[in-house]
Amino acid sequence: MTAPLLGYVERPGLLHTLTGTAKLVLTIAMVLAAMISFDVRFLAALGVLSMIGWALSRVRLRDLATVLWIILTFMVLNNLLIFVFAPGYGSELLGARHVIVDGPGRWDLTQEQLFYQLAVTLKYFAMLPAVLLFVATTRPPEFASSLHRIGVPYKVAFAVSLALRFIPDIQREMRTISQAQQARGLDISRKVGLVTRVRNVVSTLMPLLLGSLDRIETVSSAMELRGFGRGRGRTWYDVKPMRTRDWVTILGAAAVVAAAIVMVVVDGGRYWNPFGA
Amino acid sequence: MSVENPRSGGSATSDRPDAEVPVRLRDFSFRYRAQSEPTLRGIDLTVRRGEKIAVVGPSGCGKSTLLAALNGLVPHVHAGEASGSIEVFGTDPGAAPIIETSRRVGTVLQDSSSQFVGLTVAEDVAFSLENQQVPHAQMPGRVAEAARAAGIADHLDASPQQLSGGQKQRVAIAGVLVDDVEMLLFDEPLAMLDPAAGRAAVELIDDLHREQGRTIIVVEHRLEDLLHRPLDRIVLMDEGRIIADLPPDALLASPLLREHGIRPPLHVEALRLAGAQVTAGQHPADLPRMELSSAQREAVRTWVEHAPADPSRKSATAARPPSDVEVPALDLECVGAILRRPGASADVRALRGITARIRRGEMLGVIGSNGAGKSTLARVISGFEKATEGVVRIAGADAASWPLAEHGAHVGFVLQEPGQMLSQPLLEEEIRLGLRARGLDAEEIERRTARVLEVTDLRPMRSWPISALSHGQRKRLSIACVLALEPEILILDEPTAGQDFAHYSEFMDFLARINAEGTTILLITHDMHLALEYTDRVLVISDGELLADTDPAAVLTDEALAERADLVVTGLFTLARRCGIPDPIALVHRFVAADRAERSLRADPGEGAR
Repeated sequence: MTAPLLGYVERPGLLHTLTGTAKLVLTIAMVLAAMISFDVRFLAALGVLSMIGWALSRVRLRDLATVLWIILTFMVLNNLLIFVFAPGYGSELLGARHVIVDGPGRWDLTQEQLFYQLAVTLKYFAMLPAVLLFVATTRPPEFASSLHRIGVPYKVAFAVSLALRFIPDIQREMRTISQAQQARGLDISRKVGLVTRVRNVVSTLMPLLLGSLDRIETVSSAMELRGFGRGRGRTWYDVKPMRTRDWVTILGAAAVVAAAIVMVVVDGGRYWNPFGA
Repeated sequence: MSVENPRSGGSATSDRPDAEVPVRLRDFSFRYRAQSEPTLRGIDLTVRRGEKIAVVGPSGCGKSTLLAALNGLVPHVHAGEASGSIEVFGTDPGAAPIIETSRRVGTVLQDSSSQFVGLTVAEDVAFSLENQQVPHAQMPGRVAEAARAAGIADHLDASPQQLSGGQKQRVAIAGVLVDDVEMLLFDEPLAMLDPAAGRAAVELIDDLHREQGRTIIVVEHRLEDLLHRPLDRIVLMDEGRIIADLPPDALLASPLLREHGIRPPLHVEALRLAGAQVTAGQHPADLPRMELSSAQREAVRTWVEHAPADPSRKSATAARPPSDVEVPALDLECVGAILRRPGASADVRALRGITARIRRGEMLGVIGSNGAGKSTLARVISGFEKATEGVVRIAGADAASWPLAEHGAHVGFVLQEPGQMLSQPLLEEEIRLGLRARGLDAEEIERRTARVLEVTDLRPMRSWPISALSHGQRKRLSIACVLALEPEILILDEPTAGQDFAHYSEFMDFLARINAEGTTILLITHDMHLALEYTDRVLVISDGELLADTDPAAVLTDEALAERADLVVTGLFTLARRCGIPDPIALVHRFVAADRAERSLRADPGEGAR
């Protein structure tokens, strides 16, 4: 019934055919580039690249609806808070001040502030689709093996994969527990006061937590019996050989980071300033 | 088929004589660190190569700990103090690393769904190979071979959620077979399976034993199901000691099983109750080939014919067809349900066209194999899932628009796992939680709490922390919480799953008492004998459809129906045929009555507060 919050989407598209390693390198490159640069043009280009990737992936917005809503809310909130706490930061940064709306006190809306906040918003679009797409188009075991391949210790990599493996189980259990508690009359909707609601949510989470601890104990015994963690390394059943398209992707990733650095040099800083006086 | 394992030649511990005696325990005792009493006491046990052994005993007798001592989980994962000697293939598994032991000893744990580590069957089977750093190129071949041996080869790309309980277990078996183990340990392999899947599991275990000459140790309390295929020996345990270590025939002919809380196979019990006790020489372990004297056959026939009138069955209300005047407790009209699946996977039609009326005060069974749709039906009736078609009427009112909380006031759904319902630190608090949420006044809360504590026999433990309760007590508490809301209908999902016989009968008698006080009860179960013993009417569900709505005994005599619903006929039917009794239902009813009478005589009034 409930789609996973964030997880692998089984609807093979172009991105699904790339190896996890290539996609991971590209994702890291996108994130790195978006972090380095504050150049609106460059960030917009990254955003467009992400959108193209999304279109090629055949992942639908609906598949990741919940997590997209969370991110969108956070993005709007982030923008509002920047304006509330630092309405003049854009002008300060760009060394110019073109007022659009003369607001109360120091809260004037300036072109520079809008421009700065546009850059912040574009960072979301440049960075997050890449991360979401990586998770949505990489099967968890391959996800683990690609983490391992770029140097993450295999125990950590496997823990990530195992967590993803158990998400659907835990979601199903969460639903059952929450229904059983609601059937007893424990309301967790908006109809009851916040204190009662929080208390009722805790009554749902306790059985889930205890159940998950049992689950962890069982699975760790099973893993120990099957020899997990004894060797210094491990091989992976689910590993795709690197093909030309993967190398192309990795080259593309390198180009993205290089471009970010070039832009810094060209702009003479992390910002591109069209208001330059 | 057995391949000599080149890896085992390296260490000094794998000398040939040790390979002939895989298990040797001398006066072995073990106490968990968290407990004051030892769980295993002075165990002497020898298992020779190629033997197939069952370890049986009531819950808490130490049988699972014995298994854990053999594979090294005790003391490596569950710490404690051991004394005496233990040798597995000549090595002390407590001293050797777990991985060394598991190269030769494969363990299949009880709950196969939570030991699944891979996202597909193939990955899961390959897990041990990955850990040993077997090159990628060698994996598919070895995985395919192990999957074939475990009978799961055609599901290599399936994910765990798509598999049935029996299939998950096969994946777990394949996962240890990739290692060419010499001995296989099974911890309650039948606990999570319906009878048909259980039977298939017993057959697979037997194939692994015979075709490959592996040593097999199975811990289980469903002895009758296990005896579907031959065993070399049965080890009976109780309170941490080995009570008996005998060939199956000798153990079945002795009174030891009953004395230690294990239900003997039904045909053996029936013969005993009829006064025609079998001897070991008659091979009671193998019903189709068991030798019966003509005197014994005659005794059973007379016993059945001279059944006293039984007032406990077919009570006046139960025999009466539902009248149109009386409002039924539950009225299902053409109920169907379609479950949505996330992502691109297709929606599942779990129920179609279910029509049935259930009277107030009935105790009704809903039977069928796992995945037949019984649980979905229970969820629809309880409001956990919406009926996408048809009407569900509870006490005459259409329940479609009820919010879950209101649904819960009319239908109490007790989940299979009590842990999913309990959230408070103290027992009484747990019962009051639901009552407070419904805004009842303090006086009413006290009245209801006191009443359900009485009904569920939990009064002596009312101020206990929930963590101190046994599994059976938790289960009763989860029922108490639901009963306190005074629902018209109580639904229980597999109420006796994984419980030993003593707890089974104690618990079912408790349900019968609640039912006698007027609560309508629906039992969701795959245990045909439970339905026979405790209900007068069953709904048979298969593939989401209602196949029959009838007397439970009638289901089993209708072979076509039993087969379609994947139900397993008990040994009583075979016994009836062997004794030339034309109506096997008469034998079943006679047996149930006599068995119940004997049990109520022996019932221990001090039971419950352990």
